[in-house]
Amino acid sequence: MEENRILEMRGIEKSFPGVRALRGVDFSLNKGEIHALMGENGAGKSTLIKVLTGVYSKDKGKISMPDKDDIQINSPQDAQNAGISTVYQEITLCPNLTVAENMYIGRGKGVITNWKKMNEDANKILRSLDIPATATQQLASCSIAVQQMVAIARAVDMDCKVLILDEPTSSLDEQEVEKLFGLMRDLKSRGVGIIFVTHFLDQVYEVCDRITVLRDGTLVGEYAIADLPRVELVAKMLGKEMDDLSDIKGEIAGYQGDIVDDVVFEAEGLQSDAGIKPFDFYIKKGEVNGFTGLLGSGRSECVRAIFGADRVLAGKVKMHGKEVKIAKPLDAMKCGIAYLPEDRKLDGIVGDLSVRDNIILALQVLTGFFKPFSKAKAQAFAEEYIKKLNIKTASADTPIKSLSGGNQQKVILARWLLMHPEYLILDEPTRGIDVGTKVDIQKLVLELAGEGMSVTFISSETDEMLRTCSRLVVMRDRKTVGELSGEDLSQNKIMETIAGGEG
Amino acid sequence: MKFDIKKLLSNQLVIPFAAIIILCLVNLGYDIVKDASFFSIEVVTNNSGNSVFSGPLITILDYGSELAILAIGMTLVTAASGGQDISVGATIAIAGSAMLRVLCGGNTRPEVLATPIIVGFLVACIVGMLCGAFNGMLVAIFRIQPMIATLILFTAGRSIAAWINNNELPIVPDPKFAYFGSFIPGVPIPTTVFIAAACIITAALLLKFTNLGLYTQAVGINESSSRLNGINPTAIKFISFIILGLCVAVAALIKVSRLSTINYSVIAKDIEMDAILAVALGGNALSGGKFNLWASILGAYIIQFLTTTLYRFKVDSAALPAYKAIVVILLVVFSSPVVRQKMQQFSSSRAAAKKEVA
Repeated sequence: MEENRILEMRGIEKSFPGVRALRGVDFSLNKGEIHALMGENGAGKSTLIKVLTGVYSKDKGKISMPDKDDIQINSPQDAQNAGISTVYQEITLCPNLTVAENMYIGRGKGVITNWKKMNEDANKILRSLDIPATATQQLASCSIAVQQMVAIARAVDMDCKVLILDEPTSSLDEQEVEKLFGLMRDLKSRGVGIIFVTHFLDQVYEVCDRITVLRDGTLVGEYAIADLPRVELVAKMLGKEMDDLSDIKGEIAGYQGDIVDDVVFEAEGLQSDAGIKPFDFYIKKGEVNGFTGLLGSGRSECVRAIFGADRVLAGKVKMHGKEVKIAKPLDAMKCGIAYLPEDRKLDGIVGDLSVRDNIILALQVLTGFFKPFSKAKAQAFAEEYIKKLNIKTASADTPIKSLSGGNQQKVILARWLLMHPEYLILDEPTRGIDVGTKVDIQKLVLELAGEGMSVTFISSETDEMLRTCSRLVVMRDRKTVGELSGEDLSQNKIMETIAGGEG
Repeated sequence: MKFDIKKLLSNQLVIPFAAIIILCLVNLGYDIVKDASFFSIEVVTNNSGNSVFSGPLITILDYGSELAILAIGMTLVTAASGGQDISVGATIAIAGSAMLRVLCGGNTRPEVLATPIIVGFLVACIVGMLCGAFNGMLVAIFRIQPMIATLILFTAGRSIAAWINNNELPIVPDPKFAYFGSFIPGVPIPTTVFIAAACIITAALLLKFTNLGLYTQAVGINESSSRLNGINPTAIKFISFIILGLCVAVAALIKVSRLSTINYSVIAKDIEMDAILAVALGGNALSGGKFNLWASILGAYIIQFLTTTLYRFKVDSAALPAYKAIVVILLVVFSSPVVRQKMQQFSSSRAAAKKEVA
């Protein structure tokens, strides 16, 4: 093991039923460095962290620390004993206990607690780390940032050598983030190795020394911060090499339809309780546009706000220039808006119900509680769309959960098409489905637009969006940061906009 | 014709029908040994001087009917909320007590009815629905687990019922009031059968002419997805509890009518467990979602079948719950995924072995 190394992970493998979450991932951490672990959702960051903290046990691979080669970490207790501490995104302390109690809970060896000594020790640490809290204060009375710091103080006092911060900044405001960074730099100067997991690119470039990028459970690479410009980091996370991208533009068919100058939907200063900044948005008749950005950048939250799926806090919404109120999904449906949600399993299918019931559901609800379709009519609707979208199912009576992912998605698509919406929102319609179905869905989107439907299309695969959309709204850190259309629609330009900053 | 045993086994109605067959066989065996006749129906003259049908099967129909009425509501609550209402017995006491109070006008031994019976019944309906609304509010709006939410009325209900009549036991003077729990003169079939039939037909019409069934199942299976399809899950759960409240009121009418008075601590005791058991016996998942109302109703009559059979075997009424418990254990174990999987493996390996032999 190299000198100065504090942690080394080699060839880590971890599988779950049906998924290989980590495939031979290497990771190393030096003394006194802040190391960013980057990747999109599902890239394997969390799994790697959980292997390191003993929440999961690894299938293969070796974890080494200076004093011991190949340590076995099978429980969070093992990790703590090895000097690995974690501070999670959500505070995992007890708000009704005092700061000192929180710092020492579960660590006493004897039956008797020396309260005085405990409080004194706690105060000493708080002072040394410059944390604005006192030992006897109730934790709930501290701000979230201070609570986060107390969690870190607890970790530090447990004599940790490796500190893992898993998205610690997502619930903090700017000043609080600054304070946290101060504490991180302080710990760094004391020789603690810090693993920093975050979605915020700006923050990575502000405090980190090195970056490890994961994608689809594999290691993309490890870079010094100075050697990896933002755009390249984004490219690495998305899995597109910069050099390959320049010529893709030529292959894109693009959207060919006529866009009539009729604004179907318009939103002004729309904001929901899902934590996105207010945004403006519009779509014209026959237009296909999209929200792009890294996962977690707020693109799904935007369309959920449009559909009323999250609680709308502020903003004006117009359909064909007339102001309407969309407070819940049914309001949106009445306006002719349909929404295919991102999470098919959780928000889309009604698993135990038949394909037929799943197809008619939205139109049935729109038609009314007291006007159920006759069995024959429902069957006719179902059969029409099973044929139209080429859904592979034994019969319309088959429960939807026994269909393959791609066919389930087609059923949900059928559900919304049956409603004959004016404006169709598709959030990740092609995720996790086979290539053939993907192409089918892309073609369908363009066909629908040709018939005059407005479509908003969201996909993690940028080339898919380039192929279908004529205008892209770019999101970063939960706000819109740009809009691209025409000549600007290229992989490079999108990545530059996503990366922002000095690019 | 090929007999597809696998398909048959996967049918929801296989358990209730198997239970009926087993119970019939047991009774048949008893008949042969003891030279008795379980399945015969006689015409006898009852206390009121009417000629009515009598026999174990009539008893099953009579007492199974009140359970069947409750099973309707319990099925909907189970499907929508994924939990059960355990306050049914206590709310029957409340609704029944309110009805007595209105009918007797606050007197313990009135000479005549203070209000027509229909008014008393309507009051019971309102009280039943209010209790349902209270439970529904806790479950749908405050998202408390149904069993915990209904524990409140389960605990307090009988005291509330006693309080409504100042802990006295008024007796309804009108003999007509007793018809609901026994027989209408000139009709040899128990009135409860007609009441249950009316309730079942109403429920069937409700399911046919509204989307209650589709919405309830959708909410029970996937609440988030239902909401995104424009359904209001809160309202659907709430409605299911209100409907159960109505069923409770009807059951209260029958229960109070049987005695023409009330016994706060005993009336409809443990009936919620039988109602839940009816839903489970029908093969409906107690975790909610898809449901089959007919199976639950069948389940209700089977439970009464079992109770009557046990009485016939001279099982002490105090020991009855223990026997029912055995049935519940068998039922739950046989319908558990673990056993089902094992059974399927067994049947498929047998099929494979047969093929090899051939």
